[in-house]
Amino acid sequence: MAISGVLRPSFIQIRVLDMPAAIDYYTKRIGFHQVCEGPDGRVYLKSADEFDHHSLVLRRADSAGIDMMAFKCLEDADLDRFEKRVTEYGFAVDHVKAGEMPGAGRRIGFTIASGHRIELLAKSDMSAPHPRTHNPDVWDVEPHGMRARRFDHALLYGPDIEKNLDFFTKVLDFRCAERVDMPDGLLAIWLTCGMKAHDIAFVKYPEPNKLHHIAFDLESWNDVGHAADILTRYDISIDIGPTRHGITRGQTIYFFDPSGNRCEVFAGGYTYYPDLPTRTWDEQQVGKGIFYYERKMNDAFLTVVT
Amino acid sequence: MAPRRFQITLEGHGVASAYENERVLVALERAQGFGQLKNMPRRLPVGCRRGGCGICRVRVESGEYRADAMSRAHVTPHDEAEGVVLSCCIYPLSDLSLRLETPVAVKAKGERALQPV
Repeated sequence: MAISGVLRPSFIQIRVLDMPAAIDYYTKRIGFHQVCEGPDGRVYLKSADEFDHHSLVLRRADSAGIDMMAFKCLEDADLDRFEKRVTEYGFAVDHVKAGEMPGAGRRIGFTIASGHRIELLAKSDMSAPHPRTHNPDVWDVEPHGMRARRFDHALLYGPDIEKNLDFFTKVLDFRCAERVDMPDGLLAIWLTCGMKAHDIAFVKYPEPNKLHHIAFDLESWNDVGHAADILTRYDISIDIGPTRHGITRGQTIYFFDPSGNRCEVFAGGYTYYPDLPTRTWDEQQVGKGIFYYERKMNDAFLTVVT
Repeated sequence: MAPRRFQITLEGHGVASAYENERVLVALERAQGFGQLKNMPRRLPVGCRRGGCGICRVRVESGEYRADAMSRAHVTPHDEAEGVVLSCCIYPLSDLSLRLETPVAVKAKGERALQPV
């Protein structure tokens, strides 16, 4: 198998101010399904096109934002290998037992330089609905809402992203697909562990552990248009789009969940191979990199986070 | 050869960088995108519109309103008792008089994501 070790994003856990409003939004509008509610009140969701137990975890809290992002590894022994490498790098690793989240195997966790908690796991139960594996239809349960196919990636904000770049590439075997370099240093990085243009990205920001957005994969540009219709029909708070990113080439809309966490629907994006060079952007053209059609950042891009 | 880069000072508002091969206005637009221009003719601070990001904090000087849940990272119970709220999360029950308040996150940081270069 050519792709091994860290395979892809597994799930993200975010904080919401109003749980019923959040469940309504992520199920009816984004198009996810609620898998279950855990004994501690956390709610687990997924797309019908995903096999694993959940890809989105909601926790009721008094502030919005991110609790953690987890990545799936190929085999259980990867967790031991990565624990050794992370520990040798100098970050403390803790252990979360199988079953702490319904359907999830054991996890290891650590806090990176930007203040975010990252977890790795190798095992997940399958939960319904999921694609059939024998004579599969293109969908088993009819897609609804924005027809999101999976939790795709997250963009996180925090300090010391140079250290994040070093850590993710040296320790977790990610590669840097694209980066923005300003005259005063590195502004942003897009990191991939597989063949997507990005699985996680970081922008430099003075406050640690901030969330810019969580992104959901859509099938096509046409589905991005359909998502825009849903945003207006249900008066969902919009940030920008539909538009396109120069960076990754994804077709996109940014908007906000009922607690103010930014969401993205994302279609396309190029295929990344590990031998490809890092694509770079400079101060003069970064606006086009972020929003390809507007050719400049909006006021909210660097300042509005949860 | 790379174009030469200059500093454009917009009096009272900040410093932008501009390259010799571009219109100054385009550089100023980019600087505004980077948050390098301060105190521009007042534009309404709009963020998530759902109580999470804290950009739209206001002090209600007078009047009655009702409020949705808003992030405690941006509005403490003490704030709320004093009438400091997120304007995206309040609904008027009478005429209101409001004053824009510095977002907590910016106040605490004492700096923006990017300083003028």
